[in-house]
Amino acid sequence: MTLREVVERLGLKVCCGGEHLEREVTGGYAGDLLSDVVANSQEGDIWITLQAHENAVAVASLRDLAGIVFVGGREPDEDTARRASARGIPLLSSSQRTFELIGRLLEVGVPTGRV
Amino acid sequence: MTTTKFRREFDVVGDDFAGAGRVSTEIKALLKRVGYAEQTIRRVAIAVFEAEMNVVMYARRARITLDMDPEGVRILVDDVGPGIPDIEVAMQEGYSTATDRMRQMGFGAGMGLPNIRRNADEFAIESEVNSGTRVRFVVHAR
Repeated sequence: MTLREVVERLGLKVCCGGEHLEREVTGGYAGDLLSDVVANSQEGDIWITLQAHENAVAVASLRDLAGIVFVGGREPDEDTARRASARGIPLLSSSQRTFELIGRLLEVGVPTGRV
Repeated sequence: MTTTKFRREFDVVGDDFAGAGRVSTEIKALLKRVGYAEQTIRRVAIAVFEAEMNVVMYARRARITLDMDPEGVRILVDDVGPGIPDIEVAMQEGYSTATDRMRQMGFGAGMGLPNIRRNADEFAIESEVNSGTRVRFVVHAR
């Protein structure tokens, strides 16, 4: 499933990186501790977090994640969005909280990415 | 087997949260161009990211030295900073001296040094209080 399909089915707001939505989402990871995410997420994951700041972009870029969804209506500031655009990382926002959002992602068929 | 060696140096400034992640991202791109295996690149990138964040959070500045050869990747992180009084304690998973602000940003899980050690084939750390800390690690090519 592409990021665009995820965005459309869940009604996510695209904060930046709209030109990179054709990327395939091959799994998902949720977490707010950057050390955990950098160590355990996998390439192609969609990452669910409340860390809407530039260090999250660094983590996503480092692990080649498909994109980041900020929960609870959080949105990145301009610097963070600029940095994400430069690195080709789409930043998305959802008004839902982590638990409901992950439920929806699984419901529409985003794979867990793990065997 | 070629014996080509290659060295690059990077500077990291303490408290520069906006620039954090720059060195690990650069090193990752460099290793990709050189052609190391995906797994080697991933392990180096994670370890350097953690080392870089430690400098940003706790040190005044640091020099990160990257040495590459066909056998693997060697990293030295040499910082000027407060040092670590008890390394054994600092190496424990979950132990952290991060401030509330750092924790709110998702740091301070006490996983930094353990993450470096876990992703390295060789790991050494030495520190002097009120002077600085040196972390060395090697990731073998495979």
